[in-house]
Amino acid sequence: MTTRANQVELAVASGEVSFDAKLEKKVGETIKRYPTARAALLPVLWMCQERYGWISHPVMAAVAQRLGESPAYVEGVVTFYTMFRTRPPARFVLQVCRTLSCAVCGGKELMAHLKERLGIDFGEQTADGMFELQAVECLGACGSAPVVQINDDYYEHQSPEQIDAVLENLRGKD
Amino acid sequence: MDPILLRSRGTPDSQSITTYLVAGGYNGWEKVLRMTPDAVIHEVTLSDLRGRGGAGFPTGKKWSFVPKDHPGPRYLVCNADESEPGTFKDREIIEHDPHLVVEGVAIAAFAIRASVAYIYIRGEFARWARILDKAVAEAKKKGYLGKNIQASGYDLEIVVHRGAGAYICGEETALLESIEGKRGFPRLKPPFPALVGLFGMPTVVNNVETLACLPHIMTRGAGWFASIGRPRNTGPKLFCISGHVKKPGVYELPLGLSFRDLIFDAGGGVRDGHTLKAFFPGGSSAPIMTASQVDVRADFDACAEAGTMLGSGGVIVLDDSVDMVEAATNIAHFYAHESCGQCTPCREGADWCVDILERILDGHGRADDPELLQRICTYASNGMTICPLGDAFALPISSMVKKFPDDFQRRIATATPRPQKKKPVLPWAGHLPGFGR
Repeated sequence: MTTRANQVELAVASGEVSFDAKLEKKVGETIKRYPTARAALLPVLWMCQERYGWISHPVMAAVAQRLGESPAYVEGVVTFYTMFRTRPPARFVLQVCRTLSCAVCGGKELMAHLKERLGIDFGEQTADGMFELQAVECLGACGSAPVVQINDDYYEHQSPEQIDAVLENLRGKD
Repeated sequence: MDPILLRSRGTPDSQSITTYLVAGGYNGWEKVLRMTPDAVIHEVTLSDLRGRGGAGFPTGKKWSFVPKDHPGPRYLVCNADESEPGTFKDREIIEHDPHLVVEGVAIAAFAIRASVAYIYIRGEFARWARILDKAVAEAKKKGYLGKNIQASGYDLEIVVHRGAGAYICGEETALLESIEGKRGFPRLKPPFPALVGLFGMPTVVNNVETLACLPHIMTRGAGWFASIGRPRNTGPKLFCISGHVKKPGVYELPLGLSFRDLIFDAGGGVRDGHTLKAFFPGGSSAPIMTASQVDVRADFDACAEAGTMLGSGGVIVLDDSVDMVEAATNIAHFYAHESCGQCTPCREGADWCVDILERILDGHGRADDPELLQRICTYASNGMTICPLGDAFALPISSMVKKFPDDFQRRIATATPRPQKKKPVLPWAGHLPGFGR
């Protein structure tokens, strides 16, 4: 887990928060693609989340400064969208679809199974920081219900046995 | 019918521009570059193509609202924010034929004389956003996008813009706000985006599937397109069949078949040992239909006549194992979570519906709860809110209460009064510990 360290890395030093050269280059290029700097906000937040794992207050402040917005404005946008993480995530975030097509095709059972298997409730992380459970609304893959999104990847048609195998596989990756 | 929009499903390497060009790709675009924008609008108007995103508005007409003498820039936006429960067709097109989308975007942008187009794709579709990014880069490299395309004097840049998890950003003005780097709050209309849209400029927002029809219309002609389906309901349509069917998935069929054809032929019928109870004809925002309405034609006009809507073509099939109170609670929870919070009737109304439905589920329903639900639904729909999200939760819930009164009455008849306990009414209650039981 590098995320907590990065928050510190950003906030300390001269007391000034800024992007490193590589991120700054990407941010600069992105701003050029839009008529206003503000329009680059979502793409820049995505870059920050990729780089730091989550969007901390120092990161919001840095983004605000770079785009000429107030930190409050940036926080308002960050917290409106459910995919921007405002606390350090686990290594693998399991977003389990709870909406109708999934719910009636084994999704409810899958949710109960995952809670028991990982020993945590939705909204919580395992003690080793490996897995986090989130119940989310429709992921747009209803034809292959039930669906779980793990980080960027979709896992479709998931039975309890299949998701167990997926979890085992992910555990082996770390 | 031979597949049109899904013709590349099953073709190896169908995402690459080489494969696309072999199949006649970008022929429509090359033809359009030698036409006038007005001629393109005329051809699409003749095809009778109607928007595939949910509203079914005629595409050529939508384009014609863009002022021709506007001095500043104008924008074309592709809506790939597919989030309506029961809908998963745009992802299928992007997955198998990303260049079809890129070509469609280019044709539409040309028709309204836009030199920048944005493809707004939902945040969860990270993988599909990368597929589109790659397709745009390939098209640019081959000279189908960029400056002075094919020596026509026309410039076009396409930017793929990823959302970050908000159903409301599928509403076109919320989508525009989101591209501008704001919270996804729908705008009050008028003015409509065709006059004042993205960055205050004339803008057209079209769905992925609508745009994917354009290359085919331009190469094969409006007459060919209009010959598929029925009058005013022309062309192929992608139907997403999910829920209790044997063969869920995306099916490409002409408009005008019946829901019986969709559910029992294409979808293989409901699970063995069960019977059809109800279905949503076009995503969960459409009023629910009962098994007795299965012979209604699946097109825009027939659905409207039957008091519902074709919407996005997302057919959610529910068999006799489903308790409508549970299904209604699930749907209400979705909209309560996704309401942007601007308008009180929607923000509070959806939460109240969840509270009331949960109390019925928990065995504490009250005799007048069905009526109370109907009242909330009445005051959250029919223009009481800035955008149609109020209608989107009110119509299905109201129709479920009306069409399946027995499911509600059965629970209410045996209910006991709830012990008085204050419960938080928060849109983000789903993240609180204890959720998911």
